[in-house]
Amino acid sequence: MRPSDVLKLTPAGLCCPLGGFHIDPLRPVERAIITHGHSDHARAGHGAVLATAETLAIMAARYGDGFTGAAQALAYGEALELGDVRVALAPAGHVLGSAQIVIETKPAAGPVLRIVASGDYKREADPTCEPFRPVGCDVFITEATFGLPVFRHPPAASEIDKLLKSVALFPERTHIVGAYPLGKAQRLMALIRAAGCDAPIYLHGAMERLTELYQEHGLALGDLRRIPAGSRRDAASRLPGAIVLCPPSATQDLWARRFADPVSCFASGWMRVRARARQKGVELPLVISDHADWDDLCRTITETGAAEVWVTHGQEDALVHWCTQQGLKAQPLHLLGYGDDGEAEPEDRPADDAGTAGAEP
Amino acid sequence: MNRFAAFLDRLSYEAGRNAKIRLMVDYFRSVPDPERGYALAATTGALGFVHAKPGLIRQLIAERTDPVLFGLSYDYVGDLSETVALMWPAPAGAAEPGADHKQQPPPTLAEVVETLSAALKPDLPHLLARWLDGLDETGRWALLKLLTGNLRIGVSGRLAKTAVAQLGGLEPDAVEEVWHGLSPPYTELFAWAEGAGGRPEARDPAPFRPPMLSHALEEQDFDTLDPQAFCAEWKWDGIRVQASAGERADGRPVVRLYSRTGEDVARAFPDLAEAIAANSGFRGALDGELLVVRDGRVQSFNVLQQRLNRKTVTPKLVLEFPAHIRAYDLLVDGTEDLRALPFAARRARLEAFVSRLADPRIDLSPLVPFGSWHELGAARAEPAASGAGVDADAIEGCMLKRRDSPYLPGRPKGLWYKWKRDPYLVDAVLMYAQRGHGKRSSYYSDYTFGVWRTVDAATAARELVPVGKAYFGFTDQELLELDRFVRRNTVNRFGPVREVTHAADSGLVLEVAFEGLQASTRHKSGIAMRFPRISRVRWDKPPSEADDISLLERLLAGRISA
Repeated sequence: MRPSDVLKLTPAGLCCPLGGFHIDPLRPVERAIITHGHSDHARAGHGAVLATAETLAIMAARYGDGFTGAAQALAYGEALELGDVRVALAPAGHVLGSAQIVIETKPAAGPVLRIVASGDYKREADPTCEPFRPVGCDVFITEATFGLPVFRHPPAASEIDKLLKSVALFPERTHIVGAYPLGKAQRLMALIRAAGCDAPIYLHGAMERLTELYQEHGLALGDLRRIPAGSRRDAASRLPGAIVLCPPSATQDLWARRFADPVSCFASGWMRVRARARQKGVELPLVISDHADWDDLCRTITETGAAEVWVTHGQEDALVHWCTQQGLKAQPLHLLGYGDDGEAEPEDRPADDAGTAGAEP
Repeated sequence: MNRFAAFLDRLSYEAGRNAKIRLMVDYFRSVPDPERGYALAATTGALGFVHAKPGLIRQLIAERTDPVLFGLSYDYVGDLSETVALMWPAPAGAAEPGADHKQQPPPTLAEVVETLSAALKPDLPHLLARWLDGLDETGRWALLKLLTGNLRIGVSGRLAKTAVAQLGGLEPDAVEEVWHGLSPPYTELFAWAEGAGGRPEARDPAPFRPPMLSHALEEQDFDTLDPQAFCAEWKWDGIRVQASAGERADGRPVVRLYSRTGEDVARAFPDLAEAIAANSGFRGALDGELLVVRDGRVQSFNVLQQRLNRKTVTPKLVLEFPAHIRAYDLLVDGTEDLRALPFAARRARLEAFVSRLADPRIDLSPLVPFGSWHELGAARAEPAASGAGVDADAIEGCMLKRRDSPYLPGRPKGLWYKWKRDPYLVDAVLMYAQRGHGKRSSYYSDYTFGVWRTVDAATAARELVPVGKAYFGFTDQELLELDRFVRRNTVNRFGPVREVTHAADSGLVLEVAFEGLQASTRHKSGIAMRFPRISRVRWDKPPSEADDISLLERLLAGRISA
C-alpha cells in the first residue's frame, strides 16, 4: 500500500478514506480527528470528533457543548480501530491536549505502514502541557511554521528575564504583552511564576475562559486578575508597573490607551526577525514560540526515522530542500487555511477594537 | 559583548527619548570600564577601525551554510547582517555533551574593539568567525552591525552624552565641553560623572563649545520686547557651524568644523578646513552659517544639500559647490574666551577678526538696521529689497539678539529669538495613514497627503497624487479626531497602512505648512517637501477645493530659476 492511499489531500483537508475520517478539517465533515484546540485546526460543526479529553474541553469552552454531534476522547498511547486502520495519539508539546496522530494500516493489507501527522508541535519544555514524544514511522507529516534556518528560539526563560528586567527598569509603565489566548498566554504566566515573580498578572477578557480551563486542569498560575473596568482617565485602570496579557492585536489598539505609557511587547517566534517586530510597532519583542524551531524540526524528522516526509503549513521549501539533502523523500503538502502568520487566531480578531469594558465604541 | 548586544537590541526598538536615556544610564551604571566606554563610543560613532565589507560576511556564511537555505533565508529576512547572525551555525562539536571541544567564550566589546584597531585586513575573516562562534544571535547581530559601521539605533551623540551626564548631576553641556579632548574608553569621563574623579582636562586645542540657541518669536513677544535692546541679522538657510582652530604643542594647527550637535564635519569640507589651518590669523572659535556661495551669491539650501552627505569629496565637487562661512559670533579670539562679553562687544571683536582673516570664504553676516518691529517685519517680508539683494533666496527670516546677551550654551530664555519667514502653505487631501511609534502606536498619526493633478485635459479629469507625509503639527485633541476620522473612513488596508477615502466630495483636507520644495526622482509627484507639518485640519473644506500640483510646480520652478 502506498502512503497516498492512506492519506489524501481534499478540499476539506487531509482525509483518510480507509478510516473514514479527516484530520483538522477546514469545513464540516462526518468524522474528524483534531490535533489541538487552536481555532484554525479545531472547528465546530463536525458530525463526530475524536481528540484528547483536553482538546475536547477546549473546543467545548470555545464553541459550547454542542460543537459536534458526538465527541470521543482518546488518551495519549491508547489505540483505536477505525475502519481499516488503527489510530493512536501521542503528545505534541504544542498546547494543552495537543496530539500527533499515528495511523497504522493493518497487517492483513500487507506490510504495515505507519504515518504520523504531527499537527503543530514543539520540543522545548513547557509546564502547561505534556512533552512531545517522537514516534517512529514510515511517513512523517511535519508542520513548518518556522521552517527556515533563521528561526532558532532562545530559551524561553531568558526572554522572560528580559521582560522582568524591563518591568524593573520602567516601574511607572505598563507592560502589555501580546500572546495567543490559548497556550501561549498560560505558558507565559507559568514562566513568569517560574522566574520567581509573584506580582498579579492582569488578563484581557479574551483570555479568561481558557485560562480558567488550564487551572481546572491543575496548573497553578498564581494571582491572576481582571483589568479593572473604568474610563481611560481612571487612575485605577492604568496599572503602572503591571504585566498585562492580551491577544496580539490588542496591543496596538484603542484598548491599550488606558494603560500608563505602555511598553508594547509580543511573545512569538516571529519576533526573531526584526522587521516583523518593527512592522507591528513592538518595543519589547519576546522570542517565545509554541512551534518547533529549525533545529528542532530537523532533529525531529531524523528521530522519527521516516524515509518520507510531507511538509505542511509554513516555510515548506526550505525544509523539503533539507530533507532531500539528507536523502529523504520529501514533498510539500500545500494545505491552505492553517497557519500562524503572527496574528491572532481568526476568532480572536474581534478583540481588536472591542476588548473589555470601557473601551471606545 | 552579549550584554552590549542586549542593550543595543533594546535601544533599537525603543522610540521614546527619555526611555532611551534610562536604558543607557542603566547600562552605564551596571557595566564596568572599559566595556561601557566602548559602548559609548559605539553609540556616538567614535569608533574607527577597518570595517568589514559585506563581501567578507557573505564569504564566511557561504563556507558554513547551504546556498539554497541561505538564499531562502536572506529573501525572508531582507538584511544581510541579520540573516547571518540568525543562521550562523553552532561551531562543530559544541552541541555534543561531554565533547572535548570547548565552546568559544563570547568576546567582550573591549576585546573586539581593541583587537580590531590593531588588526590587519587579512586577519579579519579568522577573527570574525571566532567571535561569531562565541556569541548568541543578538550578539552576532550587534557584532556584524558594529563591524559594518551600520548601527542605526536612533541614538544621537547628544543623547548619549546626556545619559553620561545623568550618571551624576552634570549638565549635558558640561560633558560636551570636555568631550572632544577625550577618547574611548572614556574612563576619566565616567569617573568624573560618577564623582570619583575630577573634571577631565580639556586637552583639545580646538574644542567644541556648545552653541547658543534661540527661541521662536511669538506674537505676544512684540508687546514686551524693546527693539532698541536688540540687534537683528538675517537667518541663513544653511548649516550652523562652529569653526574652531588651535595649535598642538608642536605648533601644528588643528581645525574642526563642528555641527550644532558637536559632530566634526571638517572632512566633508576640506577646502574650508585647509584654508583655516593655513591662515594663522584664524586661531579661536567662531559661530556662523555654512553656505555654498557661487559667483558672490549664496545658493539655496537645495544646492548646499548636494554637497552634504557625500562619501567622497572630489575636487570637482569642491569647485562646483564652494563652501563658505558667514560669521555671526566670535566665541574665542586667539586663546581669549569671549563668551562672557555682551553680544555688542563680541560683534566688534568679530568684525575685526574677520577683516584680519582677509579670506573671501569667510565673511560677516550683516546686521539688519531697524527702528521698530514694524520696520523689521517689512525687511523680513522683502529681504531682497532690504539689503540682502541676490542672497535673499537663502534667507529664512531674521534673528534677534539682545545687545547685552552673553554667549550661553543651550537655549536660555529672553536673549535670542528667531523670527522665521512664514511657511508655504498648501491645501492637500489625506490619502493614507499609518500608526505612529511608541506612545503613538495606537494612533494613526502619520499622514500621507496629495494634491490634484489633471490626467486628461480634454475632460478635465483629475486624480490625487501624493506629495508628502507629515506626522506632527497637530494638537493632542486634533490627533484624537484625526485618528477617529481614519478609523471611520478606511477604504483599504495594506499591511500597516490604511487607505482613507479621498474623492472630490468625500475626504479630509489638511492645510500643510512646509519650508521649501525640491525636485525628486524618488517621489511619484516629482517633488519632495522640506519639513512638512499639518498646520490646520480643514474639516470645513471639500477635497475638490484642495490645491492643484501646478501650484507646487510653479513654486519649484520659481525657486530654481530665482
